[in-house]
Amino acid sequence: MNKIEAIDVNFYYGDFHALKGISMEIPQNKVVAFIGPSGCGKSTFLRLFNRMNDLIPGSRLQGRILIDGQDIYAPGGMEVDELRKNVGMVFQRPNPFPKSIFDNVAYGLRVNGIKDKEFIRQRVEESLRGAALWDEVKDKLNSSAYALSGGQQQRLCIARAMAISPSVLLMDEPASALDPISTAKVEELICELRNQVTIVIVTHNMQQASRVSDKTAFFYMGEMIEYDDTKVIFTNPHKEATQNYITGRFG
Amino acid sequence: MRRIFEKAVKWLLTASGFVTSIVILLIIGFLFTEGAGLFKEKVIEEGYVLALNRENNVKELTAAQIKAIFDEDVTNWKEFGGPDMRIEPFRLEDADKLFTEEELGGQYENAGSLIASLIEAHPGMVAFVPESMIPKGANLNFIEDRSISPKEVFAGSEWFPTATPAPLFGMWPLLAGTLWVSLFAILFALPFGISIAVYMSEVASERVRGFLKPVIELLNGIPSVVYGFFGLIVIVPLLQQVFGLPVGESGLAGSIVLAIMALPTIVTVAEDAMRSCPRSLREASLALGATQWQTVYRVVIPSSMSGIASGVVLGIGRAVGETMAVLMVTGNAAAVPSSILEPLRTIPATIAAELGEAPAGGAHYQSLFLLGVILFFITFFINLCVEYISSRNKAKNS
Ligand SMILES: Nc1ncnc2c1ncn2[C@@H]1O[C@H](COP(=O)(O)OP(=O)(O)OP(=O)(O)O)[C@@H](O)[C@H]1O
Ligand SMILES: [Mg+2]
Repeated sequence: MNKIEAIDVNFYYGDFHALKGISMEIPQNKVVAFIGPSGCGKSTFLRLFNRMNDLIPGSRLQGRILIDGQDIYAPGGMEVDELRKNVGMVFQRPNPFPKSIFDNVAYGLRVNGIKDKEFIRQRVEESLRGAALWDEVKDKLNSSAYALSGGQQQRLCIARAMAISPSVLLMDEPASALDPISTAKVEELICELRNQVTIVIVTHNMQQASRVSDKTAFFYMGEMIEYDDTKVIFTNPHKEATQNYITGRFG
Repeated sequence: MRRIFEKAVKWLLTASGFVTSIVILLIIGFLFTEGAGLFKEKVIEEGYVLALNRENNVKELTAAQIKAIFDEDVTNWKEFGGPDMRIEPFRLEDADKLFTEEELGGQYENAGSLIASLIEAHPGMVAFVPESMIPKGANLNFIEDRSISPKEVFAGSEWFPTATPAPLFGMWPLLAGTLWVSLFAILFALPFGISIAVYMSEVASERVRGFLKPVIELLNGIPSVVYGFFGLIVIVPLLQQVFGLPVGESGLAGSIVLAIMALPTIVTVAEDAMRSCPRSLREASLALGATQWQTVYRVVIPSSMSGIASGVVLGIGRAVGETMAVLMVTGNAAAVPSSILEPLRTIPATIAAELGEAPAGGAHYQSLFLLGVILFFITFFINLCVEYISSRNKAKNS
């Protein structure tokens, strides 16, 4: 069953044609990795799934993107904040709010109008446990999130995104600013979360893509060159460009 | 050659830095010495005495009591612990009415002894006369003169620096006036300032912002007389009508004009602070399903709070020190205001209005410098607040 479906997507930043006729299907509760050289449009494509590009003036989308069979850009359809409650996002650089650890995780619940203190407390604990952060921060929930290390901050951001129980999680190079140990922890987390959510992850790290993902898409110059099972992409790609990229011959 | 040139530039910069600092210190020192001089001045005008009849045992009077006597607000010595007698105040001018020119003599040479005998004849009389006029060995009592005390100055509630025989330097009404006007100005400017800042940084399109921002910054450059004039012909009559006041010049008019003047500072600084809120934080909030407004008041405003606060404090600073506009619209009544709708007077307005007529070196003159010192401390305190807030901001961001 397909969680996300992109149908002939073209995207423009003003006159710049950033995405060229991309169609793809992302199955439910699978991890899909986007790889490709810098500037090929991975982030742009990813950010279409939670309408983050709406904020960019002069940008334009053609084509349709369906999540659970519903066109998320249809006028008069779903509200954009409703969509984003269902489609969480983790960014390249950890971006906790200048608030306490607790308030960071509780933020999504609170902006969704949840007032029940006990429920919020429970959900915060669950999310922090889910992000393998609970043991490290349980004694300092009220201290600033900025006091955490970069890796801890990134896991906090994952906990924050997961607190509102989204069914899709978008991750844009979530480990690129982290040390190897933190990276391993984040990867572990992705493997644990795969049963609950559909994950789309952008990465420059081939090993990471092959370790965590079920399917992989290779992008080049705004086009999706190849999309297949991760095993196939990394062992037996059909396109030469893909072969060249994963063997490091260009990019 | 280059070396020498660089040395010279360095030397020049150092020198100019030193000169500036020294000039500033000199100004402050000057302010303080002149201001402190007030406490060496006597209560009764220099060279004059208050002469009493021998039977009158009143020794000391405060400046306020002396004023009450000569304004004939108090009419019996009992009030001041003296004998039960009617008070008969006497000023030198009264001599012309009581005696003929021949009796006084062409040079007033007989006036002293005439007045002395007049006092001896009237047990309730108090005469305000030059010390030099009183004949040696006259059988009179005198009110003991003392220096002006800080308590009278800082806690006194009457400001009559030109009253004779004893001027009153109670600065409380001026201080209260300054604080009231500034407080209300901030109360008005704050909600508007923040809303405009939010609008400009979060809502307005680039084009609208590109137009609004320079316009608001332009407001900063308008001379304050112009604001005062605007207040005088627009706000003052408006307030008079709306509240049915006898006079429209009031603390409220001053606060409104000041609020308008403080607005550009608050808006500019607060807007800069909000715009410098990192894009990543906004995105984080939006990605969690927060609406734009939730993002603004839960993330953008809290994270730029210290910037907003320094904008506000800078705005207050402007309000506290502002002179001309306030002078024009507040009505300048030196009384402790019981409501913001009454005329009042601020410290800077007082200095500007009175310095011209105060004889240099006199008590009045020195009292104005003391007001300057007070103003200096207020603005100094405000600057400390800004420093503190922005240093905390820096610590938080690093
Ligand atoms: N806001 C924008 N305005 C204009 N052009 C943009 C904007 N954002 C991205 N682009 C352009 O769109 C193209 C795709 O950018 P995108 O960020 O999606 O690349 P990417 O594949 O994520 O690269 P990287 O791996 O470096 O993150 C780039 O050529 C970039 O210059
Ligand atoms: Mg990217």
